[in-house]
Amino acid sequence: MSPTNYLLLSALLFTVGAIGVLVRRNAIVVFMCIELMLNAVNLSLVTFARMNGQLDGQVMAFFVMVVAAAEVVVGLAIIMSIFRTRRSSSVDDANLLKY
Amino acid sequence: MTAPPEVLPATGAASVAWLLFAIPAVSALVLFLAGKRANAWGHVLGVGSVLASFLLGVVIFVQALGVAPDQRTTELSLYSWISSGTLNVDFGLRIDPLSLTFVLLITGVGSLIHIYSVGYMAPHASGHGADADAHAEPSSDSSRRRFFAQLNLFVAAMLVLVLGNNFVLLYLGWEGVGLASYLLIGFYQDRPSAATAAKKAFLMNRVGDVGLALAIFLIWLNLGTLQYTEVFARIGELSGGTILAITLLLLLGACGKSGQFPLQSWLPDAMEGPTPVSALIHAATMVTAGVYLIARTNPIYDLTPTGRVVVALIGVVTLLIGAIIGCAYDDIKKVLAYSTVSQIGYMILAVGLGPAGYALGIFHLLTHGFFKAGLFLGAGSVMHAMNDDVNMRNFGGLGRKMPITFVTFGLGYLALIGFPFLSGYFSKDAIIEAAFGQEGWQGWVYGITATLAAGLTAFYMTRLMIMTFFGEERWRNLKAPDGEDYHPHESSPVMTGPMIVLAIGSVFAGFVLSAVGLNQWLAPSLGELQESPDGALPHALVPWLVLACSALGVLVAYLVVGRRPTPVQRPEPVSFPVQAARRDLYANAFNETVIERPGIWLTRALVFLDNRGVDGLVNGLAAGLGGGSARLRRLQTGFVRSYALSMLGGSVFVVAALLAVRFA
Repeated sequence: MSPTNYLLLSALLFTVGAIGVLVRRNAIVVFMCIELMLNAVNLSLVTFARMNGQLDGQVMAFFVMVVAAAEVVVGLAIIMSIFRTRRSSSVDDANLLKY
Repeated sequence: MTAPPEVLPATGAASVAWLLFAIPAVSALVLFLAGKRANAWGHVLGVGSVLASFLLGVVIFVQALGVAPDQRTTELSLYSWISSGTLNVDFGLRIDPLSLTFVLLITGVGSLIHIYSVGYMAPHASGHGADADAHAEPSSDSSRRRFFAQLNLFVAAMLVLVLGNNFVLLYLGWEGVGLASYLLIGFYQDRPSAATAAKKAFLMNRVGDVGLALAIFLIWLNLGTLQYTEVFARIGELSGGTILAITLLLLLGACGKSGQFPLQSWLPDAMEGPTPVSALIHAATMVTAGVYLIARTNPIYDLTPTGRVVVALIGVVTLLIGAIIGCAYDDIKKVLAYSTVSQIGYMILAVGLGPAGYALGIFHLLTHGFFKAGLFLGAGSVMHAMNDDVNMRNFGGLGRKMPITFVTFGLGYLALIGFPFLSGYFSKDAIIEAAFGQEGWQGWVYGITATLAAGLTAFYMTRLMIMTFFGEERWRNLKAPDGEDYHPHESSPVMTGPMIVLAIGSVFAGFVLSAVGLNQWLAPSLGELQESPDGALPHALVPWLVLACSALGVLVAYLVVGRRPTPVQRPEPVSFPVQAARRDLYANAFNETVIERPGIWLTRALVFLDNRGVDGLVNGLAAGLGGGSARLRRLQTGFVRSYALSMLGGSVFVVAALLAVRFA
């Protein structure tokens, strides 16, 4: 199977994620779309590693996963606290630095 | 030129010479600070302090008479006043014949005028007192106290001016008298005309003061010292051009203070002040400071004949225009003011003649101090009697109503026009003789102009006498400007006393001063008076010529004014010369057109430039930044998704740019 297909899939997933971030208001969905974008990038990194016969891309993918895990921890905590104060998880409601 | 006399330290009474100005200064301070507590005794303190100064001056004078002439020049260094790098100025006094002469004039005439003021400024009197009651201050007691405080301040400053032994002290006194003059011209604070006149005097003096300051800077720059003795000893080292520049700048200062052409027009306006002020400051003492300045710096003027010619020409022009304008005014004080301008012109002419004239200028200054102060006090007495009116067309026949004023004023008048053997005869004729004694064209120009002006002086003073004291009693059918009837009456003894003393001075001062040898007395300060040679006209002829000219002036005045009834309304229209003289020979119009209007335009242009240009730049920058920020702020919506969009857009743009560079 040609690696190009993997790259196309990666691009499609990234686009879906980006559009999701831009158009959805629910913080959880936005969050998941960000995860989708990260994983789309992971997929392309691994594909490039395969195409070039080097492990650098795969190592990068691991780094991205670690960062994503940390981000989930912090991000979910933030969303939780926003929801607790405003009884809403819409990102548009959270438009003030001080509440 | 004789060698300057040795300068000795002051001894005896002269060692407390600082008290001369300290006493009036302290008195002024007390009167300024004590407030209304001093209302009751303020005038007593004011008179007493000047009298004390006068007595001390007499003691010092007698002591100086007792020593040989070459030991009369003394100095008294009080303390180091300014010590800054190479500039070292002592607060030092120079007590020599010239300064002592001035001390006696200032404190002597000053004392008389202080005494007169007690009556003139008295509260609840008719005239000025009532006037002040009506609309000046709630209590004219306090206005009299303020008056004496300012008058004492003037005396103190004037004494510092003449006693200082360096140019900085001279300048201190010079500005001090300027301040006192400003305050006293504007004494009737509620009159806009007085406030304007005070401002005008102050500003025109400023023009002259800049000249004096620049002259002092030049001296210091070139010689590194400002003490008279050191400056005069080394002035010969300088180049002719520098000396000429110094003399011309000093002359500018003298012109400002002494009301000389082209800065003469403030002096007549200064008559807005109370009449004793006109007598003391704007006739007898302060306005002669310019003559003092030139006489004091005579070693500098000795070195530059060109500078002296300019001085003499200024004097000639001024004495002529003063006399011409004096003929046209109906305001008794303004006639006397222009007479002052003219007589100071004679003094400036005299000191401009150099060694042949310095002492003559001082001589005329002294006699003028007597008779002009007397004339002003007489005018004040007339005004007092006539509800503060100054328009001579409303007077007439007052000689019968106020005999003492009439006689004293008449003696001052005779002295001024140079009636034989009265004061003015000795001093003015001497100046005219010396003027004719100059070589070449100078003798003719100076001499003939001075003689002509003597005739004009006789004319306008006779006109003033006739309109005021003789003829029909025009005031009987008129109302005073304040709406009351006129009730002319003789003034109180406290006012007539000083007038009598000054009248005696007007009669005898000239004879006495020339008999006792004023010229030899002044020689240590001014150098020996050189007898001027028979220049344009032989000396024997000059007094007859002047006398004839003056007699002609009196005769013409009698024919023109005395034989006909004086119209109460000012005749209009009149011939061009009269019109011009009524308008101060267009001096004010000239100043207005040439200096004031362009000045106003320049100011407006600068204000416009400042508002629109400088402020516009600064404010525009701030407004631009502020406005830009306000617009940029709209991008910060707080919506996360719009930030995400701009991030995406930015990333796409960067990637597109990278690709474009990579594959282009």
